[in-house]
Amino acid sequence: MRGSSVFAVPDPVPALALRGAGRRYGERAALRDLTLELEAGRTLVVFGPNGAGKTTLLRMLATLLRPHAGEVSVLGHQLPDEGYAVRGRVGFLGHEALLYRELSGRENLRFHARLHRVGVQRVDEVLDAVGMTARCGDPVAELSRGMVQRLAIARAVLHEPDLLLLDEPLANLDPAAAAQVAPLIGAGSGRTRVVTSHDPAGGLRGADLALGLKGGRVALLAPAAEVDPGQIAELYR
Amino acid sequence: MRSTVAALLSKELTLEWRTRESVPAMVLFSIATYVVFHFGLDRDRVTGDLASGVLWVTLLFAAILGVNRLFVAEYEQGGFDGFLLAPVDRTALLVAKALTLFLFLCIVEVVAVPAFALLLLGPPLTQALPELVLVLLLANAGIAVLGTLVAGLAIQTRARDLIVPLIALPLLVPVLLAAARCATPLLQDGGAGALPADWLAILAIYDLLFALIAYAVFDFLLED
Ligand SMILES: Nc1ncnc2c1ncn2[C@@H]1O[C@H](COP(=O)(O)OP(=O)(O)OP(=O)(O)O)[C@@H](O)[C@H]1O
Ligand SMILES: [Mg+2]
Repeated sequence: MRGSSVFAVPDPVPALALRGAGRRYGERAALRDLTLELEAGRTLVVFGPNGAGKTTLLRMLATLLRPHAGEVSVLGHQLPDEGYAVRGRVGFLGHEALLYRELSGRENLRFHARLHRVGVQRVDEVLDAVGMTARCGDPVAELSRGMVQRLAIARAVLHEPDLLLLDEPLANLDPAAAAQVAPLIGAGSGRTRVVTSHDPAGGLRGADLALGLKGGRVALLAPAAEVDPGQIAELYR
Repeated sequence: MRSTVAALLSKELTLEWRTRESVPAMVLFSIATYVVFHFGLDRDRVTGDLASGVLWVTLLFAAILGVNRLFVAEYEQGGFDGFLLAPVDRTALLVAKALTLFLFLCIVEVVAVPAFALLLLGPPLTQALPELVLVLLLANAGIAVLGTLVAGLAIQTRARDLIVPLIALPLLVPVLLAAARCATPLLQDGGAGALPADWLAILAIYDLLFALIAYAVFDFLLED
């Protein structure tokens, strides 16, 4: 009945829809012919050896790199043309913290809060959530790697993004910190997530869809529940 | 847009206050150059067009130092990405950076121009100070806008320190020329002459032209 009605509700727009997406750096293809869909609220985990194209994929989804081939739609908006509608709705945690070394953690977050039009009380909230309240006045240059990573996580979730793009988010974090940030960026955060990982078992946990890249090509794409960690380890051989 | 510019500008000034990377270098460079001119020309009094030329060439080279460093923190510490991820008008970065450079130049001149008067200038600086300030402000605006554009262009290249003067200096020749012509009668012996309205207008038109060009092309510089 419903399907034939003119008032039928369309399928909810997938959070990510890529068709034949590709990206080059000069002549070198970093990502080729990637086709996938991810529903809102789900997690995609991306595996692959160094140079496989994981960061390239994340930066493309974050609107920082424009796709050179295929179609890329993020949160229902076509990239690169509708990038303006996507910006501000993604939380990007890359290899670099995107924090000024001479500013304190709080100053950095306040700066980002102003760019994203977020109230200052939210800054204190996220600082507390990542356990950085005590050291938030110190210049970033004087913090340990793990502390900087905590601040970077705080920065990425500051504006309550719908889509989290997390490039090895737990790098440099001790186990306690990893547990502490789980409500912000973990599977329980309720957000759509794309997470890169080099840890097969850990990466598959909490993921819905698994993507394996090798040399920019798709080597594996399957529901996470059907993937065996051994298959992931195979990628790195 | 205005709140974005304010956020960027206050970040910019805080960073400069902490690191003191640009302004002190620009100030020291200007003063050292005036000292060198003092001995190089072997006189302690210059007037008219010579005074005007010495004043402006020095300020222009000092400005290049600031231009060189303008986007270094953005490039090296992820500031570009952080900005590009925010849902803001990208022109705000151009405006904020140009304002930053403009303010830096003004601060430098507050020290450098009196130093110039002390070391080199014949007639008293006070004989046409308001007019000179006007010329300085107009020239600063042109240098700031064009400098921001060139800085944004050069930051991606490896030979930044070479590219910046190579591109910026020729493009700033009209500003230099107009500013020097404007200042010449203000620095002449035996009482200041009138500010040449035609050169002042040329300076203002150049500022406007550069601002329009920068507005039109700056977004492309930020694009991947
Ligand atoms: N800015 C760049 N300029 C040129 N080539 C690049 C650039 N960034 C990445 N590449 C190339 O693109 C390919 C994919 O790189 P990418 O950073 O996406 O890999 P990755 O899967 O994230 O690796 P890692 O596990 O080391 O983080 C590599 O061959 C790399 O050399
Ligand atoms: Mg990477």
